[in-house]
Amino acid sequence: MHKRTVLHAAVAAALLSTAGLAGAQQAPFKIGLILPMTGQQATTGRQIEAAAKLWMAQNGDTVAGRKIELIVKDDTSLPDVTRRLAQELVVNEKVDVLAGMGITPSAMATAPIATQSKTPLVVMAAATSSITEASPFIVRTSFTLPQVSVALADWAPRNGIKNVVTLVTDYGPGLDAEKFFKSRFEFNGGKVPESLRVPLRNPDFAPFLQKVRDLKPDALFVFVPSGAGAAVMKQFGERGMDKAGIKLIATGDVTDDDQLNDMGDVALGVVSSHHYSAAHPSAANKKFVEAFQKANKAMRPNFMAVGGYDGMRVIYEALKKTGGKGGGQALVDAMKGQIFESPRGPVFIDAQTRDIVQNVYLRKVEKKDGQLWNAEFDVIKDVKDPGKSK
Amino acid sequence: MLTILFDGIAYGMLLFILALGLAVTMGLMNFINLAHGAFAMVGGYITVLLMQKAGVPFLLCLPLAFLGSALLGGVLERTLYRPLYRKPHLDQVLFSIGLTFMAVAAVDYFVGSTQQILHLPDWLRGRTELGEGAWTLGMGHYRLFIIAVCAALTIVLQAVLTRTRFGARLRASVDDQRVAAGLGINVNVVFLSTFAFGSGLAGLGGALGAEVLGLDPAFPLKYMIYFLIVVAVGGTSSITGPLCAALLLGIADVAGKYYIPKMGAFIVYTLMIVILVWRPQGLFVRQGGKA
Repeated sequence: MHKRTVLHAAVAAALLSTAGLAGAQQAPFKIGLILPMTGQQATTGRQIEAAAKLWMAQNGDTVAGRKIELIVKDDTSLPDVTRRLAQELVVNEKVDVLAGMGITPSAMATAPIATQSKTPLVVMAAATSSITEASPFIVRTSFTLPQVSVALADWAPRNGIKNVVTLVTDYGPGLDAEKFFKSRFEFNGGKVPESLRVPLRNPDFAPFLQKVRDLKPDALFVFVPSGAGAAVMKQFGERGMDKAGIKLIATGDVTDDDQLNDMGDVALGVVSSHHYSAAHPSAANKKFVEAFQKANKAMRPNFMAVGGYDGMRVIYEALKKTGGKGGGQALVDAMKGQIFESPRGPVFIDAQTRDIVQNVYLRKVEKKDGQLWNAEFDVIKDVKDPGKSK
Repeated sequence: MLTILFDGIAYGMLLFILALGLAVTMGLMNFINLAHGAFAMVGGYITVLLMQKAGVPFLLCLPLAFLGSALLGGVLERTLYRPLYRKPHLDQVLFSIGLTFMAVAAVDYFVGSTQQILHLPDWLRGRTELGEGAWTLGMGHYRLFIIAVCAALTIVLQAVLTRTRFGARLRASVDDQRVAAGLGINVNVVFLSTFAFGSGLAGLGGALGAEVLGLDPAFPLKYMIYFLIVVAVGGTSSITGPLCAALLLGIADVAGKYYIPKMGAFIVYTLMIVILVWRPQGLFVRQGGKA
């Protein structure tokens, strides 16, 4: 039964590529956006959908004579559902581009479908380094964890932090963050006396934080999924670790713009490194944040939103470049090497890795007009994903 | 080291209060209620929403969380649970786990899936340190508060179960419903109030735990396994059993994660297996009755 479905898919996909050429000019250009709209990762889906719709509202829904049609599907962040939806979108809806992908396993599950059907897959959220290597049709507009962790590992030793304990959640992105932070930090002359891994379903951070306190490092490096970040910060403060002279440094997931305001004053002063902050001081970003908040009842855009927004731009530009013709390989080729000014700053889609090259900013949580923001104070320019240096 | 012990006790106490209601329904009423965590989640959300939307002070939220979940528990007992008392355990398990999934989806729909963040009053936030060097005892005020609340509750509960007329009626109803009814005990009312009380305890546990454990719609599924371990290890025929089990597991979990972080997550399970091999009925078993 299952084999047959796959076979159907393959046949239909083959038909699609020939049929697509014949009637290309008139048919709408379909983008299949697969996102977690419910469940644990629902905020990711909400942010990206809002950003994609904002892009379409600002830039029109016709590109090079073709009408753009956005089909949003909810995969509830279950990879097998993502895979099934991607298959349906490719076979039944005959989408020209797949996009979205809230978590790494979803992107990995969809990669073979992109390869087989020669459909470009624009990854707007998932951030494990190896994703773009899973298919030659994957283009990423979000970020990678090695990218942001390495930037922090470069910044810390230059600012008097020589001894760091790492604390990550024990799953793909966490291990990426730990590995790349540690190796770069040690390369820069720093010391990592202990690397702690917290189970994904961890009830209480107390033992880990107490361990860190007793080890007395200069700083604690944290990567946890954004929801758990607030709990770590709170307990960090309550344990009096800042008073014991330990700094908290983290990747930007921990001080996610979407939730930062709810975290309250415990977040103040936390130093993080990330590719996007809603407080990024550029005209393009001000415009983006304003329009986003206007369209979405004062919801603040976060790094997920900017990944979705830029993903739409990459698709639009690629379609323009092919003169409205589309076609899988042509679209991917047109996406490679795009350089543009994103709300996060200048970015570049690396032609070799199809991954994004961007500035990584160092930010500190500050209070402005009664709200908390990730205020940028330093930048490391044009960071290429270090996960693909070989 | 003392700090670790302290954190472990606080965490164990929290597990105890969360699991206690389950021990009551499962042990005393012989009903497998896997939806127990859902009542805890309701308590947590009542607290968070009251604090965020209505600005109710934290201390007032705790009894409200208890009452809210107790009320919900009472209503559900009357409408959904009662017909299932005489059904096989498998039916009860399937029913209550279905209820859990519905609760998860409902909270997701109405409140959203993001992690809820509690803002504690300042006097609960600090930390006191005693002693020097290796014998430093650092006590977070909130954890101290948890220990105090749980200890008080344990004493009251133990007294209610063993010393009062209601306790005697409950024990009689559990041991033999027909004889108890023949003696003029209204078994339905006893069960209804016991179930509501158990749900209320879960709600209180959820309200207290939201700060330490975090609160999102997946709460009942995330912690179900911990409640079940506490009840399985402690046995279900008294409240001393679950109390000892929760403390043991809390301390073992915290100490394990502190001293051997790489193994830490498995210590609880190892301990559970060892205890259950040694005493399959749980740590403490009441003599007589149907344990």
